[in-house]
Amino acid sequence: MRLKDISINNLRRRKSKVLFLILGLTIGITTVVTLISITRMMNEDISNKLDEFGANILVIPRSNDLSLSYGGLNIGGVSVDTQTLNDSDVPKIRQIEVKENISTVSPKLIGVVEIDGKKILLTGVLFQEEIRLKKWWKVHGDIPKSRDEILLGNEVAVKLFKSSGDPLAINGKTVRVSGILDETGSQDDFLIFGDLAFVQEALKKPGALNLIEVSAFCISCPIEEIVRQISKVLPHAKVTAIKQTLQTKMEALDHFKKFSIGISIIVLLIGGLIVFTNMMASVNERKREIGVFRAIGFRKSHIIRIIFLEVFIIGLLGGITGYILGLGVSYILGPMMTGIRGGGVLIDPVLAVGVVFLSVTMGILSSIYPAIHASKMDPTVALRAL
Amino acid sequence: MRDEGWMPSALCGLGNKMSLIEIKQLSKTYVSGEERVPALVYVNLTIERGEFISIIGPSGSGKSTLLTILGGLNHPTEGEVVVDEIPIYQLPLEKLADFRREYLGFIFQSFQLIPYLTVIENVMLPLAITEKSNREQLKMAEEILGKMGLRGKGKRLPDQLSGGEQERVAIARALVNSPPILLADEPTGNLDTKTGKEIMELFKSLNEEGQTIAMVTHNPENIGFSSRTIQLRDGKVVNGEPH
Repeated sequence: MRLKDISINNLRRRKSKVLFLILGLTIGITTVVTLISITRMMNEDISNKLDEFGANILVIPRSNDLSLSYGGLNIGGVSVDTQTLNDSDVPKIRQIEVKENISTVSPKLIGVVEIDGKKILLTGVLFQEEIRLKKWWKVHGDIPKSRDEILLGNEVAVKLFKSSGDPLAINGKTVRVSGILDETGSQDDFLIFGDLAFVQEALKKPGALNLIEVSAFCISCPIEEIVRQISKVLPHAKVTAIKQTLQTKMEALDHFKKFSIGISIIVLLIGGLIVFTNMMASVNERKREIGVFRAIGFRKSHIIRIIFLEVFIIGLLGGITGYILGLGVSYILGPMMTGIRGGGVLIDPVLAVGVVFLSVTMGILSSIYPAIHASKMDPTVALRAL
Repeated sequence: MRDEGWMPSALCGLGNKMSLIEIKQLSKTYVSGEERVPALVYVNLTIERGEFISIIGPSGSGKSTLLTILGGLNHPTEGEVVVDEIPIYQLPLEKLADFRREYLGFIFQSFQLIPYLTVIENVMLPLAITEKSNREQLKMAEEILGKMGLRGKGKRLPDQLSGGEQERVAIARALVNSPPILLADEPTGNLDTKTGKEIMELFKSLNEEGQTIAMVTHNPENIGFSSRTIQLRDGKVVNGEPH
């Protein structure tokens, strides 16, 4: 026989009241889990959409040379003749502290080549990354799969009278046009895209890069922080954020987050109030019992422990039930509220442990006064029969 | 607490004729608003080891107040209660709780068994806050239940027992920790005459084994079982002679 046996047996006796208490905490925790899960779903949706919107960070060499624009954006000192970035810089970006916020890293080498007497920008890319970055690309033919294949921008194809499958000589190397880009209305229409390694070789700049486009999402940190961290690992580069990208969406999400926190606090406070009033009523109902405990030598701390142990068990059950129900509710309500289809509910152990801890803490905080009240009960008043 | 060395003599030989309880100039006044109601007025009393005393008197004479003060549950307004050379009301509250656990066994008028605990759990209750293992607790509880004639009824809930059996459970709970003093408040108040007599005979036999008992009672038939009667009237001891 231990104090826990007294607590457990008392909970067993008062099943309906215990269920009511658990329900109070469950509702609070369900609300918290639902709102957190839906916020996460929205975050995930935004990060997916961010990919579709392309890069939001540009990494260029620190240089005051020739100013060029790329994709309608001024990318400052990109110099086609200077190489201050190289292949080894790419993994450094992937290794920053907030690397989980990095979605795509697309390195580029841009150089001028002369074909049929026309000066054209040749761009070396990693097609795998480039396609992720530019989901709006539509290709007639195929995306290049080897280093002797290239992709022509729409305007370039027209000027050079080339179509898919045609050969093309670049700096003395003959390659095959695997596909033509549909008109994008951007700089891409005027570029030839080739495999990065091929272009480095063709331009005789092995390992060189003069631009890295990064797609990052900023759920847990501001974009400025990502820029700061990239700048730190690439001190020789100039890192620029394109803040407008999805900023409005992020702000809306921020408002929703604040709203969720507000609702969660209110619901949890109501849950706490339910626990408080029920525990007070329970303590008053158990006056005689507490009187007996005190009379046979239980210390005040023993009474407090009995009550806290009961609330701990209630909080634990409320937290677990609330978490499971919260997952269920977000699974049903999430797609309806966010418009995201097919998104599964993420089972997050940290969230699970966190909300169970929250539930237990709420229960114990709400029971501090009833427990102290119980421990201070005058045993002679409690035992009126004595 | 007993091993702490500050209250050892109660467990020493029962042949020690030193007073176990000494009540000196004890007064208790209840204050209700501006009204002051004296419950006990300068009571002096000594209870020897192995004594069985009955405390009698009309309603409002201070019997229950005296018992609760003896039980370390009710601080006196004036005076002192010394148990086994320990001035109990000078103890800090938590030590006073320890004192109750170690020195006193309470038997309440309406048994006051915990309804959601089984008979054996009720008996083990005072042991729940000791360091005794579950096995030890169980052994002690079964032993005392056997002594009370309740062997085999340990798994029942209190409301599955008769009044007399519930009283025996209450006595078992009071005695499981082998306290030097047993305090009983109207132990036969809720029992029929026959069962009441059986309980009093049980008290008598416990006393013969050396148990010190202080019992509040209204029932004149119970007085004959005790070795001394303390009669209270208007908060004062009017008679405290041995039988």
